[in-house]
Amino acid sequence: MTTLPSSTQKKLGLVIDLDTCVGCHACVISCKGWNTENYGAPLSDQDPYGDDPRGTFLNRVHSYEVQPLADSAKVQPAAQLIHFPKSCLHCEDAPCVTVCPTGASYKRVEDGIVLVNETDCIGCGLCAWACPYGARELDAEEGVMKKCTLCVDRIYNDNLPEMDRVPVCVRTCPAGARHFGDFADPDSNVSKLTAERGGMELMPEQGTKPVNRYLPPRPKDQMDDAGQLDVLAPFLAPVAEEATGFLGWLDKTLEKL
Amino acid sequence: MHPAPSVIVFTTLSGLGFGLLFWLGLGFPPVTGWTAFTFFAIAYALAVGGLVSSTFHLGHPERAWKAFSQWRSSWLSREGIAAVLALVTMALFGAGLVFLGTGVVVLGLLGAALSLATVYTTSMIYAQMKTIPRWNTALTSALYLAISVAGGALLAGQTRFVLILLPIAAVVQVLWWMQGDKAFSDSGTNLATATGLGSIGRVRAFEPPHTGTNYLLREFVHVVGRKHAQKLRAIALILGYAVPVLLLVLPFSHVLAALAIISHIIGIFASRWLFFAEAEHVVGLYYGKRGA
Repeated sequence: MTTLPSSTQKKLGLVIDLDTCVGCHACVISCKGWNTENYGAPLSDQDPYGDDPRGTFLNRVHSYEVQPLADSAKVQPAAQLIHFPKSCLHCEDAPCVTVCPTGASYKRVEDGIVLVNETDCIGCGLCAWACPYGARELDAEEGVMKKCTLCVDRIYNDNLPEMDRVPVCVRTCPAGARHFGDFADPDSNVSKLTAERGGMELMPEQGTKPVNRYLPPRPKDQMDDAGQLDVLAPFLAPVAEEATGFLGWLDKTLEKL
Repeated sequence: MHPAPSVIVFTTLSGLGFGLLFWLGLGFPPVTGWTAFTFFAIAYALAVGGLVSSTFHLGHPERAWKAFSQWRSSWLSREGIAAVLALVTMALFGAGLVFLGTGVVVLGLLGAALSLATVYTTSMIYAQMKTIPRWNTALTSALYLAISVAGGALLAGQTRFVLILLPIAAVVQVLWWMQGDKAFSDSGTNLATATGLGSIGRVRAFEPPHTGTNYLLREFVHVVGRKHAQKLRAIALILGYAVPVLLLVLPFSHVLAALAIISHIIGIFASRWLFFAEAEHVVGLYYGKRGA
């Protein structure tokens, strides 16, 4: 059924820390690596070594420049570069699910993961139209819709060591910028992080109620306060203001020339 | 949005076909026998031809029958069901007219209503998309219905109705364009809400995720041809609406009527091409393709 469940027992999802992400794209590569050989059809590439390489990815990293507005305290504030990983947000009110004509797209009652049953997918693409985040891509080889499964084949997989039972993007992230957990549990790591750091929804005005949250970058140090913050400054103070000895004689001689 | 030829052909021709079925169901023109057969054959060729062409853009057309199952939530599913019900009902009504020389009036009225319902469900597939602000308005349904009913009247030879309905459709078309041109900026979705970074300052797309293209860019970030939008709008208005009305005002001849129909179809193709090519999906924001 493509009607949405009124509530789900768990709300599994990701917290992505925009303060910590270094934009290395390791999550993109590990996602493609895991998901091309596990759940569902492979993630195909077209012309991968040619002039016009294209392919299906479930996770992509954008980069944005943010220019803070100038004020009296900061006349020329420095622009910030923010790396921005984007994958399915497993929305509570997922528009991609309700538009599906065949019932291939569904949201799981037990954990809230949005999945595609690929044997029912006709590849009409309407779910990708309905998603404001660009989280769904039609695979050009298989003709079925691909999307993030939250690594449903890892998180419940008893064949994997316990530390590996998280989405592969979370397991891989060398910066620790990605966190996986249950948003329905107020004591979970993701709920706490969201509360502490003001985790935000993307495009809240679209009414999709995304489960995944993004932690905004922390305020940057201000260059104007550098003197106060520079703990090495006392040790780097000049030990001699006036040159003496040979260098003093040389200085005076050169001045006279 | 990528203006896929299969979808443009589908919405234009099947809209016209169901519009003709609407008028035939109401008994305009009151035809029987071979004349009725010809009218119904044209209507079915357009409606069914359009529906078949819409399956060409599917990744798995052989599973298309599964699309009848999700009528509770999906407008695409409802469209499939409405189309089949309309075609079956009108086939029964038409069979009566062709073979028995009389049709069951109730069947005709029901078929006419189902034909309109089919066009409405088609329009709602687009009008429901919050992600495409230009489409996300009740005017989209008004436009599809107005074009279908006016075009159907044109095919059915109902000159009196065409002279009223086609100008109305033209007005709806212009209103839809005016509303659409400000829809994206009025939607409240921009790069600041898309990234959540607007509270820090002005957000600019610095680097895309990859140097090449992808499915999202091809499907949703179509920008080629927009520069001709104003010319195409003029072509759509003149050929789709003005020329057919002028030709029908002249003393009637079958040649002029045929020209009016051909002109109308070309104009509506232009209008439908713009409907997709000009539609801006909010995902383009993430790629810095929506001007901030």
